[in-house]
Amino acid sequence: MDFSGSEPVRGPREAELLPATVAAAVKVVIVGGFGVGKTTLVGSVSEIRPLTTEETMTEAGVGIDDLAGVERKSSTTVAMDFGRITISEELVLYVFGTPGQERFWFLWNGLFEGALGAVVLVDTRRLEVSFDVLGRLEDRGVPFVVAVNSFPESPGYPLDELRAALDLPPHVPIVECDARTRESSRDVLMALMRYLYELAAQPVG
Amino acid sequence: MSNWEEVGPERFFVITRGRDRQHAVTDFDLVTLVVARSRPEPTMQPEHAAILRICGSPLSVAEISAYLSLPNSLVIVLLSELLGTHKIEARAPIPAAALPDLSLLEAVIHGLQRL
Ligand SMILES: Nc1nc2c(ncn2[C@@H]2O[C@H](COP(=O)(O)OP(=O)(O)OP(=O)(O)O)[C@@H](O)[C@H]2O)c(=O)[nH]1
Ligand SMILES: [Mg+2]
Repeated sequence: MDFSGSEPVRGPREAELLPATVAAAVKVVIVGGFGVGKTTLVGSVSEIRPLTTEETMTEAGVGIDDLAGVERKSSTTVAMDFGRITISEELVLYVFGTPGQERFWFLWNGLFEGALGAVVLVDTRRLEVSFDVLGRLEDRGVPFVVAVNSFPESPGYPLDELRAALDLPPHVPIVECDARTRESSRDVLMALMRYLYELAAQPVG
Repeated sequence: MSNWEEVGPERFFVITRGRDRQHAVTDFDLVTLVVARSRPEPTMQPEHAAILRICGSPLSVAEISAYLSLPNSLVIVLLSELLGTHKIEARAPIPAAALPDLSLLEAVIHGLQRL
């Protein structure tokens, strides 16, 4: 985009405008490994055509530990997809998708700060990525639910076997989903909200 | 795809030179909502004018970043400047305390049910 040139910046379409009365936003994060269906899920629930925002990591912002085994660069840019759901005249919900691999964790500071909670999207063909993500979310104290995206080639484990394999505490919900459908994706967000509600209504510990 | 690559660090520096520090105190979240409070003027820095143009209705920082194809960190600097000169209004997100408000969660659940 050439800001000094002729082409004007394109903003939202008429149908995508938020009411002027919207006073505040909340956000949730969908996190998972490559190709697990994050973008698909965001697109399924979003009322706007999903958008992409970029976050950059500068060398100064990087802990040595986070870079273990990763080539040093002066800056890295990562794209995040997100969508939007208008909740009411006053409230809007944003849904961000972000990759779960450790080298993208630099994104998490701004992203999870103030987030209501997270959905860990799991592909049973590659459970490894999920272990690190789950541990990291627990460390950060981010409440989350686990959603298992069913691909045709995925080994179909019963949910209680998956719970054991992921070492999930009994109170953490685990649900199956098809990220390609709006209803199923919406139900995943609903499972997260109900879980958050339970946590808030009866604080544990 | 990435305009940031096209823009490059030099451009970032030109856009924000000397002004990032004094406004760095303002906290913008990815979902802080921004509404224009004045019209874009031809004498303005083009990035500022572009933000005012698309923020007639509330837009989140993330959406502004997406429409402008600029990284969040840069957009936040630009927004801090606009806020400093009262050209925009910023609506902070609802802070998710360790335990969010039950009525907030009820509202979200209700909103999702209608989806
Ligand atoms: N069968 C099936 N396919 C799915 C499902 N969700 C996503 N897919 C397909 O899986 C592929 C990857 O989905 P994406 O949504 O791009 O995954 P992603 O997590 O955003 O991927 P990256 O951003 O590249 O890490 C696409 O071809 C989708 O159509 C699902 O629930 N079931
Ligand atoms: Mg994706």
